[in-house]
Amino acid sequence: MDNSQSYGLALALVFALTAGFVGCFALMRRMLLASDVISHLALPGLGIAFLLKVNPLAGGAATLFLGTILIWKLQGRAGLATEAAIGVVFAAALAVGAAVTPREDLVEALFGALPKLSLGGFLLGLAAVASVIVGILWLKDRLILTLFSPDLAAVTGVKVSRLELCFLLLFSLLILAGLRFMGALLASALIIIPASTARQLTGNMASFLWISPLVSLLSVLVGYGVAIAVLKTSTVAPTIVVVSAAAFGASLVGKRTSGSN
Amino acid sequence: MVTDPVVKVSGLKVGFQGRSVIRDLSFELRPGDCLAIIGPNGCGKTTLLKSLMGLLPFEGQIRWSREARLGYVPQRVAADLQLPLRVKELLEAKARLLKLPAAEVERVSHEVDLAPEVLNSRMGILSGGQFQKALIAFALLGSPNVILFDEPTASFDELTEERIYALLHALQGEKGITLILVSHDLSVVYRYADTVLCLSKGKPCMGPPKEILTPEALEELYSAPPKYYQHIQDRSEP
Repeated sequence: MDNSQSYGLALALVFALTAGFVGCFALMRRMLLASDVISHLALPGLGIAFLLKVNPLAGGAATLFLGTILIWKLQGRAGLATEAAIGVVFAAALAVGAAVTPREDLVEALFGALPKLSLGGFLLGLAAVASVIVGILWLKDRLILTLFSPDLAAVTGVKVSRLELCFLLLFSLLILAGLRFMGALLASALIIIPASTARQLTGNMASFLWISPLVSLLSVLVGYGVAIAVLKTSTVAPTIVVVSAAAFGASLVGKRTSGSN
Repeated sequence: MVTDPVVKVSGLKVGFQGRSVIRDLSFELRPGDCLAIIGPNGCGKTTLLKSLMGLLPFEGQIRWSREARLGYVPQRVAADLQLPLRVKELLEAKARLLKLPAAEVERVSHEVDLAPEVLNSRMGILSGGQFQKALIAFALLGSPNVILFDEPTASFDELTEERIYALLHALQGEKGITLILVSHDLSVVYRYADTVLCLSKGKPCMGPPKEILTPEALEELYSAPPKYYQHIQDRSEP
């Protein structure tokens, strides 16, 4: 493994830890499905960037962040029409992205590939992930109050709508950091599945916040190993997700066997 | 010495989807007052509380004094019962946010008689009474000087309800806390409130309990005969 591959793997592992951590809050906020929508928003930007032969992450970032703000505005309104609008945005993003992305780049855009990174690229990715961790830790107490009761949080002085936007933007930044190796379709999987697994294993928040990152990390390590060594493919994301889903299945069996909560 | 009002409400109007819930309400409260809001279901009691806290859009003016620190105990919280959140974690989160020392969590827990095993329990598995005590402890964190209660003791047995109201009354007396409470229990309103605000479909009325809680006024407010309001008869008997 050369340096560029090492940097790619290192960033993937750091992303996994952060995704597991952020996933805990996404699960508690009941926005796991919304997280799937958000990751798909990157696809049109990725496709346009591939067409124009510019850095795909720049294109992905543009549609990701613009789409996130749109989702935030739509979520501020209650009602079926809003959920329908979010569904339309999700489907449209996926369709537009698939339509504009050159065929030879489509698989990579959808499912990622283990990136070969320069030191600069690795440090930039590391900075993005570190920003997410610092941001979530900074907002942690506000997030806890808001997910229990937005009204009580507001009376305590939390700006609930602004907090929602901050969380969504941090979430999008995390998706961006994982886009290269997980792809637009599966980038949110490491946010959704390890947190769901951890929730089966514990009812305690402190444990929840470290078990989920650990499951995510192990999913990447095992998935990467199987993809490279056994399947001989650099499209590692699907294998990682299968491993993660298997861990979730095992946690369900374990929970049923032990009868614990 | 006349103290400045802790809150001044002028011409308050609140409506939902074209329907007016609160019409042209004006009042003010001084530090240490206890205002009880009564009225039939759907008349806007919770709406008024939420508007006072800025949780709902409104027309008119609500001016809190600069020193006002609000604590709120809602009637119910639509929290996810599966949330892996213990009582202690919730209280500690608020304490950290308000930069309070860790000992404050212990203090408020002791004030509302929250047992250690309840503090370490998940919010979702608490009984109704334990849940409400946790909410009251949450509201007391930060030493509020205004507490808004929305039927906070509905889940309590009579003894616990007495304790909670006695605690609030003591806080009001010792620390000059202003209380704004919604209660369907008119005996509690009669005992603790300085002022009663009646919300109904007609014009709201406001005044001391003795003037407002007359059988005739209550019959008009609730469309029910006064024989249900035993406290009036009890009080009127020699």
